Amino acid sequence: MTMCCGTMTPSKSCALLAVVEPSRASNYSIRATNHPVPILQKNLIMNAMQDQALRIAGVDYQSRLIIGSGKYKSFEENLAALEASGAEMITVAIRRVNLGQNPDEPNLLDVISPESYTILPNTAGCYTAEDAVRTCRLARELLDGHKLVKLEVLGDQKTLYPNVTETVVAAEQLVADGFDVMVYTSDDPLIAKRLEEIGCVAVMPLGAPIGSGLGIRNPYNIRLILENASVPIIVDAGVGTASDASIAMELGCHGVLMNTAIAEAKQPVLMASAMKKAVESGREAFLAGRMPRRLYASASSPLDGTIS
Amino acid sequence: MELVVNGKQHQLEGGNTLASLLQQLAVTEGRFAVEVNGEIVPKSQHHDYVLRDNDAVEIVRAIGGG
Repeated sequence: MTMCCGTMTPSKSCALLAVVEPSRASNYSIRATNHPVPILQKNLIMNAMQDQALRIAGVDYQSRLIIGSGKYKSFEENLAALEASGAEMITVAIRRVNLGQNPDEPNLLDVISPESYTILPNTAGCYTAEDAVRTCRLARELLDGHKLVKLEVLGDQKTLYPNVTETVVAAEQLVADGFDVMVYTSDDPLIAKRLEEIGCVAVMPLGAPIGSGLGIRNPYNIRLILENASVPIIVDAGVGTASDASIAMELGCHGVLMNTAIAEAKQPVLMASAMKKAVESGREAFLAGRMPRRLYASASSPLDGTIS
Repeated sequence: MELVVNGKQHQLEGGNTLASLLQQLAVTEGRFAVEVNGEIVPKSQHHDYVLRDNDAVEIVRAIGGG
């Protein structure tokens, strides 16, 4: 990530711009003849590929994917998935130290360093605003004054659906206490707007229940949330596979947060790589603007001049 | 002195500061955070913070989560 720069830096955007790099371009049809890419064509490609960074609380992120650190077999597998995903932000949970155990036991933050990645402590497992606020304060102390938190106040153990009234109370207290709050919530457009008005730096509606992998169940609500939003909207929870992440991004979401879809894949590192591409391709498709849907065919080849 | 540490009864002997408790529990390395009776005690105050009987101490760290 970089502080406060407006657009993608050339080094970070290389994946998008690969079509104009001769050394990498062999897979693309425009290089098939081995002629140099004309300047005009090159400029068209460059312009098309420009995108704004995802800015959260004044920090620019080149990746629009945020991943979790739960359910992995090892810290090493988690780190490999993180690298494959290209994500710059990773969630962690805050829990009691296991007293009496080996004090040299490896620590997650020794493997996934706060110097290299933005650590996003969550309030998972909290069912009251009070517990969530306490957890955020502990996280801030743990991370040397770090203000960015993922607020989630749950309401029900079976669905892990958010308790939105407690979430609103906690968000008000945390914003007043100086936290930068990324808030997990339901896909209710009115609550999403209310959380933005409170001062949350990102609103994160669920696509489906946490860990369900059911995909984006109510894309119309996500669209309604997006229409009224002036902070980043990040789908958090529900993604099961790459196409779900693409759908979220094609709707216009500013990012996607996922944990189980990667961690519970048979090959988590490969799925992390798939999610990186899915988020990027969904974003590009959104920026490109899809064609209208039609009930009937529309010929792609001209009808004039066909032989009789 | 009798304390409640992470929800369990704990006997602290040979000191009465938070730092002495952490030493006894071998929680001295890496990133952790402490609250006593619901209030954060910053790292800079661990050495001077005097515990009292029945104080409730929570010691937390970061673990994997989504």
